[in-house]
Amino acid sequence: MPGYSTFEYDVLVVGAGGAGLRAAIEASARGAKVGVVTKSLLGKAHTVMAEGGMAAAMGHVDDRDNWRVHFADTMRGGQYLNNWRMAELHAKEAPERVRELESWGAIFDRTRDGRILQRNFGGHRYPRLAHVGDRTGLEMIRTLQDHGIHQGITFHMETTLLTLLVIGGRCIGAFGYERERGRYQLYLARAVVLATGGIGRAFAITSNSWEYTGDGQALAFHAGATMLDMEFVQFHPTGMVWPPSVKGLLVTEGVRGEGGVLRNKDGKRFMFDDIPENYRSSTADNPEEGWLYTQGDKNSRRPPELLTRDHVARCIRREVKAGRGSPHGGVFLDIAWIKEKLPNSVEHIKKKLPSMYHQFKQLADLDITQQPMEIGPTTHYMMGGIKVDADTQMTSVGGLFAAGECAAGLHGANRLGGNSLSDLLVFGKRAGEHAASFATGQTAMGAPAVRDQIEQCIAHAEAPFNRGMSGENPFSIQAELQETMQNLVGIVRIESEIEEALSKIRTLKKRAAIAGVGGNREYNTGWHTALDLDSLLTVAELVALAGLERKESRGGHFRDDYPNKDAAWGEVNLEITRGPSGHPDLQRVPVRPMPADLQAAVEENK
Amino acid sequence: MATTSQATFRIWRGENNKGGYVDFSLEVEEGMVVLDAVHRIQATQATDLGVRWNCKAGKCGSCSAEINGSPKLMCMTRLNTLDLTKPVTVEPMRTFPHVKDLVTDVSWNFTVKQRIPPFQRRPPDSHGPDGPQWRVRQQDVDRPQEFRKCIECFLCQDVCHVLREHHMHDKFIGPRFIIHAAQLEMNPLDDGNRLEALKDDFGIGYCNITKCCTKVCPEGIHITDNAIIPLKERVVDQFYDPLQKLFRIFK
Repeated sequence: MPGYSTFEYDVLVVGAGGAGLRAAIEASARGAKVGVVTKSLLGKAHTVMAEGGMAAAMGHVDDRDNWRVHFADTMRGGQYLNNWRMAELHAKEAPERVRELESWGAIFDRTRDGRILQRNFGGHRYPRLAHVGDRTGLEMIRTLQDHGIHQGITFHMETTLLTLLVIGGRCIGAFGYERERGRYQLYLARAVVLATGGIGRAFAITSNSWEYTGDGQALAFHAGATMLDMEFVQFHPTGMVWPPSVKGLLVTEGVRGEGGVLRNKDGKRFMFDDIPENYRSSTADNPEEGWLYTQGDKNSRRPPELLTRDHVARCIRREVKAGRGSPHGGVFLDIAWIKEKLPNSVEHIKKKLPSMYHQFKQLADLDITQQPMEIGPTTHYMMGGIKVDADTQMTSVGGLFAAGECAAGLHGANRLGGNSLSDLLVFGKRAGEHAASFATGQTAMGAPAVRDQIEQCIAHAEAPFNRGMSGENPFSIQAELQETMQNLVGIVRIESEIEEALSKIRTLKKRAAIAGVGGNREYNTGWHTALDLDSLLTVAELVALAGLERKESRGGHFRDDYPNKDAAWGEVNLEITRGPSGHPDLQRVPVRPMPADLQAAVEENK
Repeated sequence: MATTSQATFRIWRGENNKGGYVDFSLEVEEGMVVLDAVHRIQATQATDLGVRWNCKAGKCGSCSAEINGSPKLMCMTRLNTLDLTKPVTVEPMRTFPHVKDLVTDVSWNFTVKQRIPPFQRRPPDSHGPDGPQWRVRQQDVDRPQEFRKCIECFLCQDVCHVLREHHMHDKFIGPRFIIHAAQLEMNPLDDGNRLEALKDDFGIGYCNITKCCTKVCPEGIHITDNAIIPLKERVVDQFYDPLQKLFRIFK
C-alpha cells in the first residue's frame, strides 16, 4: 500500500486566494472536474488582507475614465516593462469582472446615484477603485468562497505541495501533504494552475502573511518554467513601524486617498520636494489643490502623496536617512488633520477607514482620528514571477498555468495599488478557462509513471525528522534569510551587498539541507517551516541574481551604484530558467514593441 | 526602545484532546501580542508547537484561542491588556474537536455554510456594456455590510452555549451562520427566502439571546441585536402571526 492518497482532477488549482478561486470557478463552469489545494483554511488566503480596492475603469465617479486611460496608467506605473498585452486585457476586462462579483453577492460601497463607488489611488488618473471601506479583499475572497463552494469543486484545505510532477515537458500533477495530520497526497491532473501568491516572507519586514513563501515560483522554476522580472519587488511606503511586533503591517494607501498627508519630524510635507518629471503635469503643486483632489474635485490634480509606491517609499527612506524621521524610524502619516476641513472628521475617518482605525487603536494604542501614525516602507508585492502567455496564462511548461501574484508581466517594474485585485479576477478567470480547455485534450497519466519521483520526494520530506533536534533549527535559518534579504537586497541595493547576500543564501541552503525537527507529522509547524525553506531560498536567490544583473534604477528596483534610469535597460526584461546543472540561467530579452493603437493610448494620456 | 520583562505562558499541549498545560517562561517586550509570545516559544523552546495563524493582522480569523479563559484572536491580544504577574493561559477553542496543541478541527463550520441556500441575485436594473447593473442606495446596504465584516474566526461559535454546552451542532447553525443568512436576507440584490430553513433546519429558535457571541466578536458586529433578533422577528411574522395566518387561510 502506498504511503499516500491519490486524487484525480481535470484541473488542479494551487492556492485559494482571489486568482485560485476565480480560476477554479471558471474551470468548473466549463465542465472540468476541479480540485483546489490551499495552504490555509478556505477564506484565509492573503487576498483577505487587501484593503484599498480593485481598479476597473467603470467611470462611475468620473466619466472621463475608460480602458485606454487605465491601460496607459498601468504602463506608466510599470515603467513600460509590462507585458502590454496583459495590461490591455486587464484594463478591458476588469469592469466586467467587478460586475460579475456583484452578481455573485459582493456588496460594494455605493455612489449617491446607487452605483458602485470608486476611489482615488496612487498612479490612477481618475477615481477607479471599486471598494468596500478598507476591507475590499475580504469582500472579494468571501464572495468567491461563498459562490465557489456551490460549484462542485473539491477543496483540500491546509495542504502544501512539495513538487510538481512533470513528464516529457508536460505537467501531470503534484505531490504534497496535508498539514493537519501530515498525510501525503498525490494529485493527478490534466492541467495545473498555480495561484500561490507572493514571496514577502523572504524579507524581515513585510505586510504579507506566513503563506507567502514563494511556493508557486519555486515549484515552477524547479519544474523548468521560465521566470520573469524577479528583481522587481514592491516595497509599500506605508507599513506600521511601532510597536516592534507589528512592524511591516500594512497601512492602506486609502489613507492618502482620503486626504492623509506625509510629514517629517519638522512637520514638513516633504513629498512636494521631489515630483518626478513624467508625473509633474498631473500632480498638484500646492496643498489646497491636493486636498480638493481627494474630495473629488475634477479640476484639481492629485497630491504628491499619491505618486507611485516605489517613489513614495524612496522619499520616506530619504527623510529617515537624513535624520528627519519619526521617533521609531519612520515618518508621520496624518489623516487627523482633516478636522480643519471637515466638521465631522472623526465619524468620516471611522467610516472610510474602519480597519485602520481599529488596527492602530488595538495594536498601537493610537487614535488615528486625533494623532498622526508612524509609518515606513514594508515588503509588499512581487511584480516578477512565472512567465506566462498573456491570453492563456500558460507557462513555458505544457499544462502548467499561473495567475495572480505568482505570475509576472502585468505590472512591469512597479504595480499600481488596486491593480492586484483586478489582476486576480481577470487572469484567474483566463487561467481557469484555458486550463479547462487544455485539459479536455489530454489523457491523465497514472501514478506508476511518477513513482520514483514520489519516493524521492517523501524521503526528502522525512529527512528533518531523521536528523531530529540535533539538526539546524528551521526557524533560525528562516530568520537569518529574512534579515539577509531585508538588509542586502531590500529597498536600496548595491552590487557588493547583493553579492554578499548571494553567498549567504548559498550557506543557508547548505544549512537548510541539514535542518532537523522533533515530534511527529501532525500539525508540526517546525516541520512545515523546514519544508518551506526550499521555496524561500529558491526565490531569494532568483531575486538577488536578477537584482545584481539589472544595472539601473527603475520601479521597485533601486541600485545605489546605478541610481538613474537607463534607456537601454528600459528595453529589456530579465528571464531566468533552470540550467542543465540545476543552476539559474539568466537572459536579457528585448521588450516587444507595442502595436500602434496601444502606443496611441499611451501618448494621448501622457 | 522597548522595555522588557519576564512572563509565563501556560499553554495547553497535547493531541486529540489528551494532554495538559505546559509552562513556558519568556522575556517579553512592549507592544507584543499573545501570538508573538507563542511564536517565540515555538522558535526557541518547542519547534513542534501546533498553532494555526495566517495574517497576524486581525483580518483572516485563523488564530482563535482561549486566552485566560476568554475566546480571542491571539494576534490582536496585546500583552499589556493581561496581568503578567500571573501565568497567561492559552488553550484551544473548546467547542470544536481537538487536533493538536492550539489547533482545532473547525471543518464543521464549512459544512454548515454549504447547507445555507446561496446568494440568489434578483434581475438587474439595466445592462451596460460590461455586464448587469443594479442601483442600490448606501443606506440599504449598510446593514448587510456590517455582517460581511465577519472574518470567520468562529469565536462566536466557540462561546455559544447552544453549541458549547449542549452540543446541538446538527440542529443549530450558530451565530456565525445566522449572520451569514442575515446578510443574504438583507442584501437588496438577493431574491431568496431562507426563513423557513432558519426556523426548521437551522434552529434559530434555540438562541435565547444571551449575547455572548456579540461580546466576543473581534469585528464588533452586533450579532444578536442586528441579525439574530430581526431574523427571529421575520420568522415570527411569516409563520406565527395570527392575522397573517388567517389571511393565508382565506387566500
